[in-house]
Amino acid sequence: MRIAIVDYGMGNLRSVYRAFEYAGAKPVITSSVEEIEASDALILPGVGAFEDAMANLLPLREVIIDSARKKPILGICLGLQLFFSESEESRLGENGLGIIKGKVVRLPENLKIPHIGWNSIEIKKKSRILEGIKHGGYFYFVHSYYAVPQEDVVVATTDYSVDVPAILEKDSVFATQFHPEKSGKAGLRIIKNFVEIVRE
Amino acid sequence: MLTKRIIPCLDVKDGRVVKGVHFKNLRDAGSPVELAQVYNEQGADELVFLDISASHEGRKTMVKVVEATADQIFIPLTVGGGISEVEDIRLILKAGADKVAINTAGIKNPDILSGGARRFGNQCIVSAIDARRVYENRENRYVIETSRGKCWFEVYIYGGREPTGIDAVEWAKRVEKLGAGEILLTSMDADGTKDGFDIELTRTISEAVNIPVIASGGAGELEHFYEAFASARADAALAASIFHYHEYTVGDIKRYLKEKGIPVRL
Repeated sequence: MRIAIVDYGMGNLRSVYRAFEYAGAKPVITSSVEEIEASDALILPGVGAFEDAMANLLPLREVIIDSARKKPILGICLGLQLFFSESEESRLGENGLGIIKGKVVRLPENLKIPHIGWNSIEIKKKSRILEGIKHGGYFYFVHSYYAVPQEDVVVATTDYSVDVPAILEKDSVFATQFHPEKSGKAGLRIIKNFVEIVRE
Repeated sequence: MLTKRIIPCLDVKDGRVVKGVHFKNLRDAGSPVELAQVYNEQGADELVFLDISASHEGRKTMVKVVEATADQIFIPLTVGGGISEVEDIRLILKAGADKVAINTAGIKNPDILSGGARRFGNQCIVSAIDARRVYENRENRYVIETSRGKCWFEVYIYGGREPTGIDAVEWAKRVEKLGAGEILLTSMDADGTKDGFDIELTRTISEAVNIPVIASGGAGELEHFYEAFASARADAALAASIFHYHEYTVGDIKRYLKEKGIPVRL
């Protein structure tokens, strides 16, 4: 089982790598199209800004969109947001990956931004990614923008005055707005569940 | 619901955790990785490592400490102390830290805050502000009424040794504009007293900015944490000695807060 963690220069991949190792996988950190093509599953991590991320991701854009049709892929935080076609954070219009319909908007300005800390999730749908996770479980969020999907992909939400999609699933595409690699035991369980999905 | 965070802080010198009062009479308190693990098990929401090494060698050791900790503990880790340029931020984040806390360097050179935020994201940049009360009614300062009279809050740097003349409220607003994602606010008046957080300082800063504020300095009793959240509107509370000397565990504090109706992760 080859899990590729996509390295496109956005943020620290060490924790993501270690969390997958902890869950029993042997991931590779890569920015090579060939390695991504040859992998059984992809992780799209990311912290930072949408526009910079899309610029850095440009050489890998096609292979990621193509991979998302065929194999499990997990987007984390900014990685979740990149699955959409556009974000208010970017001035460049519709330059996201467009894997999920909808857009990414800024959290309401009357709230403290970024939304930082442990927030509980409300489960909306059954999903293999939620195996062993309780309704009301806590995960670590850090973000200033959130996704507004235009299709039925929301598996769980979290409440930050607005309903923030916390976990998304569409065919073989999974995404979390929180950082599973920073969410203690519950986060590691999500990662383990994803690894199990890849194994099947 | 977003919970209030409890954050233990570990002072690290040359790769070992030390404890003492005001950086004096330091005693070895063990391995950072082991203590981080203990606090993690107790339910700490995040951890802060404060590097108080004076030497270049000591700082290099800190990178190893961060790597070893981040490899085993899957909660957010912030590292502060001695970060003076963007390259320092890069090395600490690469080692596995999630955020850096920047104090003196931000005052001396605000570009480190904006540059760091642009390059690594706002969420990585914590502006650490050490503030002390000045009891005078001065023009061009954010003056508040307290039970002891009018006062404003002055920013100190170099571990609290040097006053800057800068108004902490103005500086807090400025660091938000520069791109800091959070403020770690230490009251120098309260620090080490165990009489509780400076509620007026914390509330004033928390209301002045739109980014989360971590209250620090003065925690000695369970109710101090309740006050920090209920009265001072802090988003998180940081403490060191209350945990090091085993007065309370993180779990004790959280269970107390939950009973009092403060949302916490238990």
